[in-house]
Amino acid sequence: MARVLLFGRFRDLAGWREREIAAGSLSDLRALLAAGDAELAEALEGKGVQVAVDQAIVKGDMALSASAEVAFLPPMSGG
Amino acid sequence: MIRLTEAPFDPGALLNEFSQGRTETGAVATFTGIARAEKGSTTVLELEAYPGFTEAEIGRIAEQARRRFGLHDFAILHRIGKIAPGEAIVFVATAAGHRRAAFEACDFLMDYLKSKAPFWKKEHGPDGERWVEPTAQDLADRDRWN
Repeated sequence: MARVLLFGRFRDLAGWREREIAAGSLSDLRALLAAGDAELAEALEGKGVQVAVDQAIVKGDMALSASAEVAFLPPMSGG
Repeated sequence: MIRLTEAPFDPGALLNEFSQGRTETGAVATFTGIARAEKGSTTVLELEAYPGFTEAEIGRIAEQARRRFGLHDFAILHRIGKIAPGEAIVFVATAAGHRRAAFEACDFLMDYLKSKAPFWKKEHGPDGERWVEPTAQDLADRDRWN
Protein backbone atom coordinates (compact mmCIF):
# COMPACT_ATOMS: atom_id res chain seq x y z
CA MET A 1 0.00 0.00 0.00
CA ALA A 2 1.42 3.36 -0.98
CA ARG A 3 1.04 6.08 1.61
CA VAL A 4 -0.33 9.07 -0.31
CA LEU A 5 0.08 12.58 1.12
CA LEU A 6 -1.63 15.74 -0.11
CA PHE A 7 -0.30 19.20 0.74
CA GLY A 8 -1.65 22.75 0.55
CA ARG A 9 -4.70 23.33 -1.62
CA PHE A 10 -4.82 19.66 -2.70
CA ARG A 11 -5.79 18.68 0.82
CA ASP A 12 -8.64 21.20 0.89
CA LEU A 13 -9.79 20.12 -2.57
CA ALA A 14 -9.81 16.40 -1.73
CA GLY A 15 -10.98 16.69 1.86
CA TRP A 16 -8.22 14.33 3.08
CA ARG A 17 -4.57 14.60 3.90
CA GLU A 18 -3.29 11.06 3.93
CA ARG A 19 -4.53 7.77 2.51
CA GLU A 20 -3.24 4.23 1.96
CA ILE A 21 -3.78 3.23 -1.66
CA ALA A 22 -2.68 0.01 -3.37
CA ALA A 23 -0.95 1.05 -6.60
CA GLY A 24 1.96 -0.52 -8.49
CA SER A 25 3.09 2.66 -10.19
CA LEU A 26 2.55 6.40 -10.18
CA SER A 27 0.37 6.19 -13.30
CA ASP A 28 -1.77 3.48 -11.61
CA LEU A 29 -2.10 5.74 -8.59
CA ARG A 30 -3.17 8.72 -10.72
CA ALA A 31 -5.78 6.54 -12.48
CA LEU A 32 -7.16 5.32 -9.14
CA LEU A 33 -7.33 8.88 -7.81
CA ALA A 34 -9.06 10.04 -11.02
CA ALA A 35 -11.67 7.29 -10.72
CA GLY A 36 -12.59 8.54 -7.26
CA ASP A 37 -12.17 12.29 -7.72
CA ALA A 38 -11.72 13.66 -11.26
CA GLU A 39 -11.30 17.25 -10.03
CA LEU A 40 -8.45 16.28 -7.71
CA ALA A 41 -6.71 14.20 -10.39
CA GLU A 42 -6.85 17.14 -12.78
CA ALA A 43 -5.43 19.52 -10.16
CA LEU A 44 -2.56 17.08 -9.52
CA GLU A 45 -1.58 17.41 -13.21
CA GLY A 46 -1.51 21.23 -12.97
CA LYS A 47 1.32 23.63 -13.77
CA GLY A 48 4.11 23.77 -11.21
CA VAL A 49 2.92 20.65 -9.35
CA GLN A 50 5.69 18.31 -8.19
CA VAL A 51 5.60 14.72 -6.96
CA ALA A 52 7.92 13.26 -4.35
CA VAL A 53 8.37 9.52 -3.87
CA ASP A 54 10.05 8.60 -0.59
CA GLN A 55 10.91 12.29 -0.14
CA ALA A 56 12.72 12.71 -3.46
CA ILE A 57 11.26 14.72 -6.36
CA VAL A 58 10.51 12.49 -9.36
CA LYS A 59 9.47 13.22 -12.93
CA GLY A 60 7.27 11.01 -15.11
CA ASP A 61 6.09 7.54 -14.19
CA MET A 62 7.77 5.06 -11.88
CA ALA A 63 7.08 1.79 -10.09
CA LEU A 64 6.04 2.11 -6.45
CA SER A 65 7.25 -0.21 -3.73
CA ALA A 66 4.73 -1.65 -1.28
CA SER A 67 5.82 0.87 1.36
CA ALA A 68 6.27 3.92 -0.92
CA GLU A 69 5.39 7.37 0.36
CA VAL A 70 3.96 9.50 -2.45
CA ALA A 71 3.48 13.24 -1.88
CA PHE A 72 1.71 15.65 -4.24
CA LEU A 73 3.18 19.14 -3.83
CA PRO A 74 1.45 22.30 -5.12
CA PRO A 75 3.65 25.30 -6.06
CA MET A 76 5.69 26.15 -2.97
CA SER A 77 5.85 29.45 -1.14
CA GLY A 78 7.52 30.19 2.17
CA GLY A 79 8.98 33.25 3.85
CA MET B 1 21.27 25.38 11.81
CA ILE B 2 18.01 24.64 10.02
CA ARG B 3 14.88 24.42 12.11
CA LEU B 4 11.10 24.56 11.80
CA THR B 5 9.13 25.73 14.81
CA GLU B 6 5.49 26.18 15.75
CA ALA B 7 6.39 28.59 18.55
CA PRO B 8 7.04 32.34 18.14
CA PHE B 9 10.74 33.26 18.27
CA ASP B 10 12.89 36.29 19.09
CA PRO B 11 15.10 37.31 16.12
CA GLY B 12 17.35 39.41 18.40
CA ALA B 13 18.17 36.44 20.60
CA LEU B 14 18.92 34.33 17.52
CA LEU B 15 21.27 36.99 16.16
CA ASN B 16 23.13 37.21 19.49
CA GLU B 17 23.53 33.47 19.67
CA PHE B 18 24.63 33.24 16.02
CA SER B 19 27.23 36.03 16.34
CA GLN B 20 28.93 34.74 19.46
CA GLY B 21 32.41 33.24 19.50
CA ARG B 22 33.38 34.24 15.96
CA THR B 23 36.85 35.69 15.60
CA GLU B 24 37.36 35.26 11.83
CA THR B 25 33.85 36.16 10.67
CA GLY B 26 33.91 39.78 9.61
CA ALA B 27 30.26 39.96 8.59
CA VAL B 28 26.93 38.61 9.76
CA ALA B 29 23.83 39.54 7.72
CA THR B 30 20.30 38.68 8.78
CA PHE B 31 16.79 38.86 7.36
CA THR B 32 13.61 38.63 9.41
CA GLY B 33 10.27 38.19 7.60
CA ILE B 34 7.20 39.40 9.49
CA ALA B 35 3.57 38.45 8.87
CA ARG B 36 1.56 41.36 7.42
CA ALA B 37 -2.04 42.18 8.32
CA GLU B 38 -2.65 43.40 4.71
CA LYS B 39 -4.85 46.24 6.06
CA GLY B 40 -7.00 43.84 8.04
CA SER B 41 -7.58 41.32 5.26
CA THR B 42 -5.28 38.74 6.92
CA THR B 43 -5.92 37.82 10.55
CA VAL B 44 -3.94 34.58 10.58
CA LEU B 45 -1.28 33.19 8.30
CA GLU B 46 -0.97 29.40 8.20
CA LEU B 47 2.23 27.70 7.06
CA GLU B 48 2.43 24.01 6.23
CA ALA B 49 5.65 22.03 5.72
CA TYR B 50 6.48 18.43 4.80
CA PRO B 51 8.47 17.39 7.88
CA GLY B 52 11.79 15.81 6.99
CA PHE B 53 11.56 16.70 3.31
CA THR B 54 11.31 20.45 3.98
CA GLU B 55 14.42 20.54 6.20
CA ALA B 56 16.35 18.35 3.74
CA GLU B 57 15.49 20.58 0.77
CA ILE B 58 16.46 23.75 2.68
CA GLY B 59 19.68 22.00 3.70
CA ARG B 60 20.49 21.24 0.08
CA ILE B 61 20.16 24.89 -0.98
CA ALA B 62 21.94 26.17 2.14
CA GLU B 63 24.94 23.98 1.27
CA GLN B 64 24.83 25.45 -2.23
CA ALA B 65 24.90 28.95 -0.66
CA ARG B 66 27.78 27.93 1.59
CA ARG B 67 29.87 26.90 -1.41
CA ARG B 68 28.82 29.72 -3.74
CA PHE B 69 29.42 32.56 -1.26
CA GLY B 70 32.10 30.95 0.90
CA LEU B 71 29.95 31.15 4.02
CA HIS B 72 31.42 30.33 7.39
CA ASP B 73 27.98 29.44 8.73
CA PHE B 74 24.24 29.95 8.33
CA ALA B 75 21.06 29.76 10.41
CA ILE B 76 17.55 29.35 9.03
CA LEU B 77 14.52 29.25 11.29
CA HIS B 78 11.04 29.04 9.77
CA ARG B 79 7.68 29.14 11.51
CA ILE B 80 5.00 26.61 10.68
CA GLY B 81 1.40 26.45 11.89
CA LYS B 82 -0.66 29.55 12.68
CA ILE B 83 1.07 32.94 12.73
CA ALA B 84 -0.43 36.28 13.80
CA PRO B 85 0.31 39.58 11.99
CA GLY B 86 3.40 41.19 13.52
CA GLU B 87 5.03 37.87 14.39
CA ALA B 88 8.25 36.78 12.70
CA ILE B 89 7.79 34.04 10.09
CA VAL B 90 11.36 33.46 9.01
CA PHE B 91 14.88 34.29 10.21
CA VAL B 92 17.96 33.86 8.04
CA ALA B 93 21.50 34.64 9.22
CA THR B 94 24.70 34.27 7.21
CA ALA B 95 28.29 34.57 8.37
CA ALA B 96 31.19 35.30 6.04
CA GLY B 97 34.63 36.88 6.02
CA HIS B 98 33.34 40.08 4.38
CA ARG B 99 30.00 41.85 4.02
CA ARG B 100 29.23 41.33 0.30
CA ALA B 101 29.15 37.54 0.61
CA ALA B 102 27.02 37.70 3.77
CA PHE B 103 24.47 40.09 2.19
CA GLU B 104 24.26 38.18 -1.08
CA ALA B 105 23.92 34.77 0.56
CA CYS B 106 21.11 36.08 2.75
CA ASP B 107 19.34 37.51 -0.31
CA PHE B 108 19.87 34.25 -2.25
CA LEU B 109 18.46 32.12 0.58
CA MET B 110 15.37 34.31 0.94
CA ASP B 111 14.65 34.26 -2.80
CA TYR B 112 14.82 30.48 -2.61
CA LEU B 113 12.62 30.23 0.48
CA LYS B 114 9.93 32.46 -1.11
CA SER B 115 9.51 30.42 -4.25
CA LYS B 116 11.09 26.98 -4.00
CA ALA B 117 11.22 25.70 -0.44
CA PRO B 118 8.55 23.14 0.49
CA PHE B 119 6.10 25.38 2.33
CA TRP B 120 2.45 26.09 1.60
CA LYS B 121 0.93 29.29 2.86
CA LYS B 122 -2.71 30.13 3.51
CA GLU B 123 -4.11 33.51 4.49
CA HIS B 124 -7.17 33.55 6.77
CA GLY B 125 -9.23 36.75 6.99
CA PRO B 126 -12.72 38.19 7.40
CA ASP B 127 -13.46 37.33 3.74
CA GLY B 128 -12.44 33.68 4.06
CA GLU B 129 -9.21 31.90 3.28
CA ARG B 130 -6.92 31.61 0.29
CA TRP B 131 -3.75 29.71 -0.63
CA VAL B 132 -0.83 31.93 -1.60
CA GLU B 133 1.47 30.86 -4.44
CA PRO B 134 4.70 32.52 -5.55
CA THR B 135 4.18 35.76 -7.51
CA ALA B 136 5.79 36.52 -10.87
CA GLN B 137 8.08 38.86 -8.91
CA ASP B 138 9.10 36.02 -6.55
CA LEU B 139 10.00 33.82 -9.53
CA ALA B 140 11.91 36.66 -11.24
CA ASP B 141 13.81 37.32 -7.99
CA ARG B 142 14.84 33.68 -7.81
CA ASP B 143 15.93 33.60 -11.46
CA ARG B 144 18.41 36.43 -10.80
CA TRP B 145 20.72 33.78 -9.31
CA ASN B 146 20.76 31.44 -12.33
